[in-house]
Amino acid sequence: MSLQLVLIAAAALFCVGLYGALSQQVVVMVMMGLELMLNAVILAVTAFWWFLAPAPDGQVLLLVVIAAMTVEMAMGFAVATLLHRSRGSDMTDMATDLSG
Amino acid sequence: MLAVIVFCALAVVAIASGVAVFRVDSMARATYALAISFVAVGAMLLMFDLDYIGVITILMMVMEMAIMAIYMIMFMGMNPALMPMSMVHNNRWALILSAGTFVLLAAGVLLVPWPAPAESPTGDLTASLGETIMGSKMLVMLTVSPILFATIIAALVLANPRGRYDRWGDDLKRRSPHDLRRGGLGG
Repeated sequence: MSLQLVLIAAAALFCVGLYGALSQQVVVMVMMGLELMLNAVILAVTAFWWFLAPAPDGQVLLLVVIAAMTVEMAMGFAVATLLHRSRGSDMTDMATDLSG
Repeated sequence: MLAVIVFCALAVVAIASGVAVFRVDSMARATYALAISFVAVGAMLLMFDLDYIGVITILMMVMEMAIMAIYMIMFMGMNPALMPMSMVHNNRWALILSAGTFVLLAAGVLLVPWPAPAESPTGDLTASLGETIMGSKMLVMLTVSPILFATIIAALVLANPRGRYDRWGDDLKRRSPHDLRRGGLGG
């Protein structure tokens, strides 16, 4: 197993998530895209830690990324609930109030 | 060699399931596909001897997918396992941008002269993580903790229908007004 192999897999996973985050209309589906991207970041950080800097600090960075995933998930579900309550929909196109 | 084959198989499963999330006909199937992708990534982490982080990733993601399935059933107002759906916007540009990003990242990965691999971590990695969190990196966890607590409060404030504020004035025992739009200050 090499660093390049793991990073290519992480890049592919990240780009699949990017496609989902950019193209989907439903808030929950956008969250799925974001989580795929964060999962790719976890994989890439693991590769850098294992192959280049095998100190425990890399594991702490992984925990921070996982915490970011939980924050994203909790706030995303809360926003989806709020959108559904106030507008009866959970589509991103219905929440363009700040688009200018 | 066997490790490389297993890793490649898991990577293919993770990426193919990730693609399936946005290709399948129903949101329930999309949720299952994402769960499979996350479990595959968790298994990859286990291959790097990250027992603790790999297991919490798998557990957290499986629970999250269960919650996501409930949300879809609650909000979509249809049988989420059967109803075909295609709710995308700007599909072509999203495809071009993500493919371009992959080419850019892959070129960077292959062209950058990476330093020689260091010696693989040895010993009890979970114990070393615990000692680091409780030692030199305690400030990181001290920062993450209030952020998670603030997230709990913010999520509750956003998701709560604000029922306790639907009343006349600031007396908690006064009756609620019959507003057409709840959540205001009355009147």
